[in-house]
Amino acid sequence: MPRVSELLEGKRVCVCGGSGGVGKTTTSAAIALGMAAEGAKVAVVTIDPAKRLANALGLQELENEPRRVPPARLAKAGVEIQGELWAMMLDPKRTFDELIDRIAADPQRAQELKSNRVYRELSTAVSGSQEFTAVAKLYELDRDGDFDLLVLDTPPSRNAVDFLDAPGRLTSFLEGRALKTFVRPTGIGMRVLGRGASPLLGALRRITGVDLLSDLSTFFALLGDMTEDFSERAAQVQRMLTASTTAFLLVTSAQRSAIDEAIWFRRTLSESELPFAGVIVNRVHHDVLGDAEPDDLVSSLGDLPADLAARVAENFTDYHLLARRDGRNLARLQAEMGDRPLLLVPHLDDDVHDIEGLLAVKRYLFASDVERERLIADVVA
Amino acid sequence: MPGLLQRRLVFVTGKGGVGKSTVAISLGLLAARRGLRVIVAELASQDRVRQAFDRSGEIFEEVQVSDGMFTISIDPQSAMEEYLRVKTGSVGQVLGSSRLFAAFAMATPGMRELLTIGKVWELAQFERRTSGAGVYDLVIVDSPAAGHGVGILRTPRTFAEIARVGPIAHQARTIAATIADPEFTAVIAVSTAEEMPVNETLWLRDALAQDELALDAVIVNGCYPERFRDAERKRLEAARRRAKSPLVGAALGAALSEHARAQAQREQLARLRDGLGTGLLELPLLFSEEVGPAELEQLADGLDAGLATLESVPV
Repeated sequence: MPRVSELLEGKRVCVCGGSGGVGKTTTSAAIALGMAAEGAKVAVVTIDPAKRLANALGLQELENEPRRVPPARLAKAGVEIQGELWAMMLDPKRTFDELIDRIAADPQRAQELKSNRVYRELSTAVSGSQEFTAVAKLYELDRDGDFDLLVLDTPPSRNAVDFLDAPGRLTSFLEGRALKTFVRPTGIGMRVLGRGASPLLGALRRITGVDLLSDLSTFFALLGDMTEDFSERAAQVQRMLTASTTAFLLVTSAQRSAIDEAIWFRRTLSESELPFAGVIVNRVHHDVLGDAEPDDLVSSLGDLPADLAARVAENFTDYHLLARRDGRNLARLQAEMGDRPLLLVPHLDDDVHDIEGLLAVKRYLFASDVERERLIADVVA
Repeated sequence: MPGLLQRRLVFVTGKGGVGKSTVAISLGLLAARRGLRVIVAELASQDRVRQAFDRSGEIFEEVQVSDGMFTISIDPQSAMEEYLRVKTGSVGQVLGSSRLFAAFAMATPGMRELLTIGKVWELAQFERRTSGAGVYDLVIVDSPAAGHGVGILRTPRTFAEIARVGPIAHQARTIAATIADPEFTAVIAVSTAEEMPVNETLWLRDALAQDELALDAVIVNGCYPERFRDAERKRLEAARRRAKSPLVGAALGAALSEHARAQAQREQLARLRDGLGTGLLELPLLFSEEVGPAELEQLADGLDAGLATLESVPV
């Protein structure tokens, strides 16, 4: 089983993908913590961290830039850091606004655009704005070059592949490909639509509603030649994502649905020629029983009251069923991954909500095989 | 106020990984048991329901999975094509095959969501727009994970405000009214007794309230049984220290883990109850090698009993 530091050797960007509820945020933060401990200057970009963890890391909602986690706080939790750990919570709306500010010809144009109804909907709503801005932020940080390693937590999309799809969709929209034929940079949309030469345009107007198209035309008029900037950026982002210094780590749980997602995600990474580095599986129930028969367990617990001993045995049998369920799902995942080993993290007793919790996860991710065996033995026994 | 299964449309939402699809399916089984003709709609090209019953089928096809129970996997593209075909006749045909229109529609913010929920709305109507399609008593929607799940409920209203005039605005307003009608529609959240899902559920309740929608029930999945008493913990710890074989040690460790987790769950359940101010429906963690048909029926039993309790409390 590999150590995460091995998987990320020579990498500058690490994207943690996977479906919702598998512990991506925790894993991203634990990876960042581990790499910082080993001497790197690391920034982790989180999307939607739990409040307690966010507080523990000192994440401020009002800021959209990485902030250093005070070494004293880490030391208090028992972590000696050779490098630096920085962290931030992504604010999609702000990221979008900052992007517009950066690209717009002048502040007035930027302001008009930010007030446009279509823009407001686009920058906050469901259409992949979280995914788009996560990648945009990553790109900005990578370009600034302040960090040895950037770790990106990805949004809890309904399916993991959304993360790869959504930015492209949004970029296409922003590039105005769909409407290029009837929105001219200098013209007002209505004038073009008013001509309504073809039945198609007329039907479009009838079906979608004039106001919607009017808003969209205004939006694109405002964007004007900024659309070229988006295209340029999209190309650069693509270069970053496919670089040899980028790694995509898949995070999953042993739940069947999460594994289905992970398998799909892996295949999509392959097809898109994005650099896949490994898989981390959280909340694994380890099979300690194997084929052993627990029959004599109750008698071995002879020094406990009979009723308690019976409950301990019953619990163990139940746990074993969960371990076997996980085992079957993991076998399916392993088959997909071929000879690339899975990095397993056991089911810990409590949520990760502070630095000590991150440390516990980090130990598994960065342990040697011997260390990991010992850790697992401690957890289960 | 009608009971949950007496509505025509139920949205099942919740954070990813809490077993939302499993609960949606079990709810469907319960409805079918009560003689309802029910369909479980999945979005975003998922087909977990077909998988659970080992059925094959095309996307956007209404597939029967058991007695009285059907499923459909809705994708925006198919929803758009159907809408155009039905709504606008021959012009619609032209548009449907126009790549430009498709690109425009698919790229417009919120359009995919509107098309999807439009299809959901159509499924729940007393008169079906789709030719040859049967009428359902109940449509259960396995909604996307919370943030997006709320988004999809908001989309019709948002669209109606942006589009203002035209058929799309009109359609959006109709759908919005249906969603807001408590006799017709219910929204339920599935959670587990863990920090993040509980946060999400409370957030969801607030987000829905902003749109004047209620959270009609909260189902907490995967609850550990209370196997060991606090007073027994010291005894178990001592026994583990004395354990002669690794197996015995492991068994005692598992017992202590279970106790710790059950306790953590209880704290989260209390937080959820306090935050919501309403009753919760708790479903047990199923200790099984797989979650197959038998387990789904078990969950349906749990839902049956739980709903009876919840609905017997006057609002």
